[in-house]
Amino acid sequence: MTKPEMKTIDKVNRTLGKRHRAEKRFRLYGILSIGFGLLCVLFLFTNIIGKGLSGFTYHYLQIAVEMDAETLEISDTSDLNQILAGNYSGVVKRSTYEYFDVSSRRDKSQARKLLSVDGTGYLLQDRFKIDAEKIINTKTTVWALVDDKVDFYLKRLGEPGEQGKHEFSEKQLQWIHAAIESGDLQQRINWAFFNKGDSAHSEEAGIRGAVMGSFYLLLVTLALSFPIGIATAIYLEEYAPKNKWTDIIEVNINNLAAVPSIIFGLLGLAIFLAFFGFPRSTPLVGGFVLSLMTLPTIIISSRASIKAVPPSIREAAYGLGSSKMQVTLHHVLPLAMPGMLTGTIIGLAQALGESAPLLMIGMAAFIPEIPAGVNDPATALPMQIFQWFRNADAGFSEKASAAILVLLMFLIVMNTLAVWARRRLERRW
Amino acid sequence: MNDSVIKEPATPLSAEKSKAKTNVITEENNDAYTTVGQAFSEKAKMSMRDVDVFYGEKQAIYDVNLDIGTNEVVAMIGPSGCGKSTFLRCLNRMNDTIDTCKVTGKFLLEDQDINDKKMDVVPLRARVGMVFQKPNPFPKSIYDNVAYGARIHGLADRKSDLDDIVETSLQKAGLWNEVKDRLQQPGTSLSGGQQQRLCIARTIAVSPEVILMDEPCSALDPIATARIEELIDELSQNYTIAIVTHSMQQAARVSHRTAYFHLGKLIEVNETEKVFTNPDHDLTEAYITGRFG
Repeated sequence: MTKPEMKTIDKVNRTLGKRHRAEKRFRLYGILSIGFGLLCVLFLFTNIIGKGLSGFTYHYLQIAVEMDAETLEISDTSDLNQILAGNYSGVVKRSTYEYFDVSSRRDKSQARKLLSVDGTGYLLQDRFKIDAEKIINTKTTVWALVDDKVDFYLKRLGEPGEQGKHEFSEKQLQWIHAAIESGDLQQRINWAFFNKGDSAHSEEAGIRGAVMGSFYLLLVTLALSFPIGIATAIYLEEYAPKNKWTDIIEVNINNLAAVPSIIFGLLGLAIFLAFFGFPRSTPLVGGFVLSLMTLPTIIISSRASIKAVPPSIREAAYGLGSSKMQVTLHHVLPLAMPGMLTGTIIGLAQALGESAPLLMIGMAAFIPEIPAGVNDPATALPMQIFQWFRNADAGFSEKASAAILVLLMFLIVMNTLAVWARRRLERRW
Repeated sequence: MNDSVIKEPATPLSAEKSKAKTNVITEENNDAYTTVGQAFSEKAKMSMRDVDVFYGEKQAIYDVNLDIGTNEVVAMIGPSGCGKSTFLRCLNRMNDTIDTCKVTGKFLLEDQDINDKKMDVVPLRARVGMVFQKPNPFPKSIYDNVAYGARIHGLADRKSDLDDIVETSLQKAGLWNEVKDRLQQPGTSLSGGQQQRLCIARTIAVSPEVILMDEPCSALDPIATARIEELIDELSQNYTIAIVTHSMQQAARVSHRTAYFHLGKLIEVNETEKVFTNPDHDLTEAYITGRFG
């Protein structure tokens, strides 16, 4: 029982300290949560960037290659077949022996193993495809790809344990370090990583095929899910009568958003491949499947942004005698568009990172060619990352980390685009 | 103050009951009611007969009969929830947008029943325009706001015709001098009173015959209100106007006839001066003298 002379303010003051402490605690929980999240992101990024950056570079040895037509077996530089069949490894090997100045069989074999002869051969072939006439019968300086074991060893040179050193003989190590000191062996940006498709050899493997595959995939997904999603949202919000059927449709759309993505892959396998007979492993089918996944996201966010259009604008338009379509096209859509675009881009970003449904429709295959259209077999970025990580070859795991960086970059660009589109199109009323 | 007077009706109207004339509207007495005063006009632009409005099960308007004369300003007053806004929105079928709303009765606009389900609301709303309670310009330029109605109805064939329509409408709404140098600025950048005049200009750009105004000044300050009232006075020379207002002074200033609504019934319609000086009905008197509402 409080004393009768106790005033209200005294009662308030009595609990004030407790209230302030509770307030501080409450705020602390929020700060701790944010801190934990930031820490995770920071850890993830430093880890991936640390591992991935070296995937963008490779070690190259500068050698002078004698491009004589005889060894290359190219008599006519305008004949593409001859250029494709040219004996590039022959000239590369010969130049390698010259560079290391070896003559015995044993030494030749050891010298040859330091270089990726095939990989360098493909580099030469690419140059011949562009201007064979200029370089044939000349002595050209070439940055030749080293063997992936050399690259592995050199990239870990400063680290303890000297990983990869046991692969080489004393002589080979001598050669490698002499080449580094002379400046002929350098770590350079690996353009092949950006320009080439997948390969069985890590030094030749590139991300272009997966990037193009993902691009076509998103193109098909966008072309399908954006118009269908927005048309659905407009119909459901503006036209559909409110009855049992529209309720069922609404519940189903909301449920679709929560269906595990691999189920959509099964659906695609059963319907698009087995029933309609679409070509396997193509961005076309992948796009269809991913559209099914992004549609609920787009529909739900579009409906929310249509609902958010103030009713006063609608009334004003109706009051002037606008038809329903005019109200929708002239007033509702422009005001709802930022929200719709944001939803679409977020849906597409989800689709870009999706891999489970693609597994089911055969987009996990090894495809070295770069797809030229939606109907070519292709793989996608997340699938490529998965495949490279699965590969036992050490060279591939750093490629995988580099590919993750590329994927993250695309996601960041897309999310930035979403924010920008929202700011740009947003209008006040 | 008599509590029973303003209670909501608990039972729906039964049509069989006699149209007893009574001065007190109570819960037990929800019969159709015959309006006192002059509900009819000789040169009627719009004639409403036997109007009932339901929101779902709940009846909002009971058997209202009213004429609105050509070039006349009719004010509708009454306490909140009395059905005056609902009635006004029936006059250009704005209640169509509310799913649960059911409107019965005859609404004649020059011998044409606009409540007919076959009636196309698009031309109707071009003839009967509306100004809303809150200024609601489109998030477009001032020019586009005024030109919008003319554009969708195809009133102007050339750009110059459209320019003319925009200029005359803004002039009629008394806004031209204030905005003529910034027609491309957004309509939402204007002040509240200017926005409401922009909305009026937008409405008269379609050249309607009737203008409905639903508490057009309730969101405005006294100076902007005075400006709009002047405007209503000027507009009444060319347009027929029905205005719903919460301000009795405003009704007294701008209207020719005043209709008093109470609990969904039209209690009294008379010359405005008579309503505010010597009303026929006790409820009207109670309302205008401030005993409730």
